[in-house]
Amino acid sequence: MLRRLLSNDLPRSKVLAVLLIAVLLGLAFAPFVFPGVKALNVAAKILVFIVLVASFDLLLGYTGIVSFAHTMFFGIGAYGIAIAATRMGAGWDAVAVGLACSLAVSLVLALAIGLFSLRVRAIFFAMITLAVASAFQTLASQLSEFTGGEDGLSFRLPEIISPSFEFSEEPFLGVSLDGRLLCYYLLFVVAVVLVLALLRIVNSPFGRVLQAIRENEFRAEAIGYRVVVYRTLSAALSALFATLAGAMLALWLRYNGPDTSLSFEIMIDVLLIVVIGGMGTVYGAAIGAVLFVVAQSYLQDLLRLGSEATGEALGLPWLAALLSPDRWLLWLGLLFVLSVYYFPTGIVGKLRARSSAR
Amino acid sequence: MSLKMDVDWKPLLLVPALALLALPLVGSPSTWLTLTVAGLAMGMIVFIIASGLTLVFGLMDVLNFGHGVFIALGAFVATSVLGAMGDWTQSQSILANLVAVLPAMVVAMLVAGAVGLAFERFIVRPVYGQHLKQILITMGGMIIGEELIKVIWGPAQIPLPLPEGLRGSWLWGDAAVEKYRVLAVVVGALVFGLLAWTLARTKIGLLIRAGVQDREMVESLGYRIRVLFVGIFVAGSALAGLGGVMWGLYQQNVIPQMGAQVNVLIFIVIIIGGLGSTTGALIGALLVGLMANYTGFVAPKVALFSNIALMVAILLWRPQGVYPVAGSR
Repeated sequence: MLRRLLSNDLPRSKVLAVLLIAVLLGLAFAPFVFPGVKALNVAAKILVFIVLVASFDLLLGYTGIVSFAHTMFFGIGAYGIAIAATRMGAGWDAVAVGLACSLAVSLVLALAIGLFSLRVRAIFFAMITLAVASAFQTLASQLSEFTGGEDGLSFRLPEIISPSFEFSEEPFLGVSLDGRLLCYYLLFVVAVVLVLALLRIVNSPFGRVLQAIRENEFRAEAIGYRVVVYRTLSAALSALFATLAGAMLALWLRYNGPDTSLSFEIMIDVLLIVVIGGMGTVYGAAIGAVLFVVAQSYLQDLLRLGSEATGEALGLPWLAALLSPDRWLLWLGLLFVLSVYYFPTGIVGKLRARSSAR
Repeated sequence: MSLKMDVDWKPLLLVPALALLALPLVGSPSTWLTLTVAGLAMGMIVFIIASGLTLVFGLMDVLNFGHGVFIALGAFVATSVLGAMGDWTQSQSILANLVAVLPAMVVAMLVAGAVGLAFERFIVRPVYGQHLKQILITMGGMIIGEELIKVIWGPAQIPLPLPEGLRGSWLWGDAAVEKYRVLAVVVGALVFGLLAWTLARTKIGLLIRAGVQDREMVESLGYRIRVLFVGIFVAGSALAGLGGVMWGLYQQNVIPQMGAQVNVLIFIVIIIGGLGSTTGALIGALLVGLMANYTGFVAPKVALFSNIALMVAILLWRPQGVYPVAGSR
């Protein structure tokens, strides 16, 4: 049963299995175990990022091509919900229409970019996605009557998943049973289903062909698989999953703007999580997303303390400038380069290598 | 390729064709002339930046996503140098102004070249031959570089005013042609001439061209292509620094993110030109420069996607770029 559910792709390492179960249980009971608004926000962000990163891994880790437009699809999903909810009011029909439209837009865009650039050379794909994504980002902030411009859109959702809705007067285990909680569990279920679906995809015959292409493009073509078609399909699938992740984000925040879903910083976060967690493993996305989002949410405070301490107490202004929370990206970049060098298989790869060596 | 007996002239016609096509759309000939000069100037600056990138790719199959850092670096060094030479830039004499801009360019090139040397050693060298890692690592290098620029010069936009004598424009009939743009075209033409001469007429140029065609063959003849490659990488970085100074003066301000912005443009340029081809990069750069200026005037809303549309059109015609480079993978 479990084997079937995981598509026969077991963790293959005891430590990893324990970690994954801990992540699953932690997320499942997050509202009760970690009380507080910030903790719940962090947990929801983790859910969104697990889906986003796992879908990116389908492209980077399994197919071996780099896309810089993943946040574009993420943003399309979020904007789909946001625009539909703003125009059509708070109802499930708005959510459905927004989701359907954004999925369609993502599919068409991904197929167009993929067929166009992958036809010649996989390396074109990285460059062209970078160009398209930056144009799209500018477009989103320019079409202000449609997307709310730089300010973004705040919108209302069906009442049952909004914080004001209380379906029980009595708090359960100290947690008030409101729409916020329901929304969290909606995201949780969606995330679990999507991750299992991704596991199914990468372990299907289709997924095996993708890995064959990653390992040796020429040989895969020689065996008779049309590399362009498979790569494009992989790009389109990964774009669809990213769109769903974007919709999850919009449902949770009830707000969307260019910085929340389209910024290049999110792209860098996703790249870093994939590399740290382990390229070519869906589990790596889960482990990496938890580590990263928690670090991002709580470490920046630590960095700020460090910056203030070095700046005032030690009198080293340049060190304070380096440690300032605004330079968060600098440390991410360093971590990223170092992990691509010394840690290319990521946490999951290391754990699996250790247990298979025994 | 070798003797250029049968020059492929079709791509060369694209630039005047685009310019003529835009004439009826723009309407007034004087506006058209202004836009055309602006487009050529922008194209020349973009070419200076892109030439290094395309050669690095052609020779070593290394795609450097961190190229933008050298652009921003050059521009920021120029703000410091020009800021320190206030007397010269405020002077009324054009000669003094040019004398002020020259050291800014030279210092920017030296700094960018030196950083390029370090970048090649620590970022690029460990991942030769692995495309996926190259893209990831050089992107990481780009992020680190941009953040370090923010640490040194601050995250805010810094004005980079043109020296007194280079401001304003010359009037040709009704058409106003900005002085600096003419200067940019001249500098760009000089760089292209120098580059073309080096590639076509010197021993080093011969080795570079041969290396682009068939690296292993050149190596087996006893030349160290690695050393040559480091040289190209440093020269390419220095050219990006020079381009950064000119781009900064063209925009009259610099921000740390400018590298990433220009990066997108030069990727489009080298894809249009054919990865590894210098002449192709020139054509691509001029097309992109003209296109950006014409659409910016005719239909500003479309301007965003005009360059991407241009690239799509070119790739439909020649999927490997206007001048495909033989032998590259």
